[in-house]
Amino acid sequence: MNALSPTTLRAPSLQTEGMTKIFGPLVALDDVSIDIKAGSFHALLGENGAGKSTLVKCIMGFYHADKGKLRLDGAEVAVASPRDARAHGIGMVYQQFTLVPCLTAAENLVISRADAPAVIDWKREMPKLQAFMERMPFRVPLDRRVASLSAGEKQKLEILKLLYLEQRFLILDEPTSVLTPGEADEVLGLLGDMARRGDVTVLMISHKFREVKAFCDSFTVLRRGQLTGSGDAQIATVAEMSAMMIGDTPIRERSARSARHEDRTVLELNALYADDAEGRPAIHAVDLKVKAGEIVGIAGVSGNGQSALVEVLSGQRPLKDGRLFINGKPFEPTRKDFDRFKVFGLPEEPLKNAAVPRMSVAENIAFRSYDKPPISSLGWWLSPGPLRRKGEDLIDRYKVKTASPDSPIESLSGGNVQRAILARELSGEVDVLIVANPCFGLDFASVAEIRTQIMEQRNRGAAVLLVSEDLDEVLELSDRVAVMSGGSITYVAPIGETDRNTIGKHMAGH
Amino acid sequence: MTGADLYIVLLAMIGGAIRVSTPFMFVALGECLTEKSGRINLGHEGNLVLGAMVAYAVSFMTGSPWLGVLAAGGAGLVLGAMHGWICALPRVNDIAVGIAFMSFGTGLAFFFGKSFIQPSAPGLEAIGLGDWTGNSAIAQALQVNPLFLVGIALAVFLSWALANTRWGLILRMTGDSAASARAMGVNIDLVRLLATAVGGLLAGIGGAFLSLYYPGSWNEGLSSGQGLMAVALVIFARWDPIRCVWAALLFGAAGALGPSLQSIGISQGYYFFNAAPYILTLFIMIASARSKSAASDAPGELSIVK
Repeated sequence: MNALSPTTLRAPSLQTEGMTKIFGPLVALDDVSIDIKAGSFHALLGENGAGKSTLVKCIMGFYHADKGKLRLDGAEVAVASPRDARAHGIGMVYQQFTLVPCLTAAENLVISRADAPAVIDWKREMPKLQAFMERMPFRVPLDRRVASLSAGEKQKLEILKLLYLEQRFLILDEPTSVLTPGEADEVLGLLGDMARRGDVTVLMISHKFREVKAFCDSFTVLRRGQLTGSGDAQIATVAEMSAMMIGDTPIRERSARSARHEDRTVLELNALYADDAEGRPAIHAVDLKVKAGEIVGIAGVSGNGQSALVEVLSGQRPLKDGRLFINGKPFEPTRKDFDRFKVFGLPEEPLKNAAVPRMSVAENIAFRSYDKPPISSLGWWLSPGPLRRKGEDLIDRYKVKTASPDSPIESLSGGNVQRAILARELSGEVDVLIVANPCFGLDFASVAEIRTQIMEQRNRGAAVLLVSEDLDEVLELSDRVAVMSGGSITYVAPIGETDRNTIGKHMAGH
Repeated sequence: MTGADLYIVLLAMIGGAIRVSTPFMFVALGECLTEKSGRINLGHEGNLVLGAMVAYAVSFMTGSPWLGVLAAGGAGLVLGAMHGWICALPRVNDIAVGIAFMSFGTGLAFFFGKSFIQPSAPGLEAIGLGDWTGNSAIAQALQVNPLFLVGIALAVFLSWALANTRWGLILRMTGDSAASARAMGVNIDLVRLLATAVGGLLAGIGGAFLSLYYPGSWNEGLSSGQGLMAVALVIFARWDPIRCVWAALLFGAAGALGPSLQSIGISQGYYFFNAAPYILTLFIMIASARSKSAASDAPGELSIVK
């Protein structure tokens, strides 16, 4: 074990030549050749479904390319399985962590080794692990269970694991989505330093142009399985790179923010407390007011209580203490009050949180109205005719792409599921709108459209509470920004009086 | 109740705990091992009863009770391996299969065991750990079966192996995060098959103790649900082999409550006190379902946790 001694191991270069992968009728990867130089920090850009993960999975040996070659340091290599990739020194950090939560950091490192001893002598292993940590640019406590580490520490440990296994070509799949801006900059900066020293070569899948501009030195763009551009990340502009990503897809003009004319508080959260599933405090003394015609954006690193807050507001999680008010009147998150106060919501992962996957699109669209005329009569009799007509009408108005109103909603693409939910929630009169990560995993065109819809609701006078892990989204949409950290709101400021750095500091809990 | 009576009851309960706890201990350790791999085997009641029958029959036919113990382990191993293999098939639910195996194992034992209800087979000999005291009550209480000591040694070994061997870490990894295990090239189904098979072996040995030592004969009402209670016991012990031993002793002591009260002449509520282990199970299930730490110690892949 001589990790990071540059005399024995150097960063490799990697090329793919004419990589092609076909799934049935879909050409997921069409003749893609990329060239990543030794010791570079290379960005792989593209929308969802552009073929980035297919390409990476072909490199890692999860998929067998139908055509194409892989070269490592110029020599052709055959990678038939992830094990082969590992033997060649190619390692990957996945979006979902692959660490084992119930094992300690040290146990996770040792067991990941191919030559892990049958009986582990911890008295010998621990000093070795500590010596390894000493040489690393960032550290993680070795004796703590992974379950108790923060997301940032887990991400660092994932990277440390690859280095511990002496892997010199690192593939990172959107590594910063779980980190604070500060942590992201730290991790990427240190990896960049290691790449420049020639210790590692990094291929990073990313959506964030800011990170690509700040840390990467070259990039490749994929669209619909094809290579649409590559070059020097420092020379190419963001506009050029995004043009390569989106191509000529027309994007709906963003609706402008109209001037506010009201100063009336609509939604008021008063000292909210709630526990998580294991009984630990999830949110703690949350106070917030949202005015009519205002978007309050809550930024924060994933897992700091934002989802618990949204669950409380949508009635999915019991409130331990505190009150909710709408227009000064007490509000209980029940179906009756949602109706009475015109409260609507776009939760994150709508297929999971706002839809019944196997029910039809029309039925899902009727969830807010199935018990009212014209769909229902006498309060209990459901008429399928009006239900279907309403579904057809909204599918048409909101351009939901579905084979028929009767198809199960799970057969729709992510953007279309979100559009169907938008149709259900936003087609009536909205006083309060609660939105959580509405654009997560959607393509550019859908993102623009959904943000426009949210802005239109604001302009019409709705009080909008937006919870998002995407700081750019919060900055784009909000009138006021709040930061959630450790279950509390630690910072609130009007958008004009704050900036990315200040918000980032509060996200990190400073 | 006088002080002397209390002394007798306590001593009888300690003796009872040592005697009654052994099958609980073996089934609980087997179940602990199985659940650490991410699967639940509710069929251990079947293993226990089949193990008891096989041990008694083999001991009767060969005259060697230890051969009976081995055969019981073998029967348990086969049942466990079958459970593990069936659960590896796509879309098979381990809980449903477990319930099927509970009926299968007991049914098999009743079918083949009919002819062994009458004859008397040689049992296991106890070691008199308290004989040197010269006190007959203490000597009686400290009659320890070798299997009890084997069970404790096994718990210590399992506890060590889970933290200090590659196999232990791979087992815990498989039970906690199948995705990570798969990413590391671990054959999850194989790990679970082996863990369930060895777990079944331990439960089978637990059954041998029932028919060859205490109560010490084969009949159809022998186990009366001890294999199921041991599953509750594993949750109570929060998936820790050493705590499984303590929990088994607690259940054993509860089971000995009725007979020991009877020994000092309290026979009122005899059946009620005999029901103590079942009542204890009920309360433990309620308490551990409410416990917050139990949730964080549970292997993440268990179907009851997900």
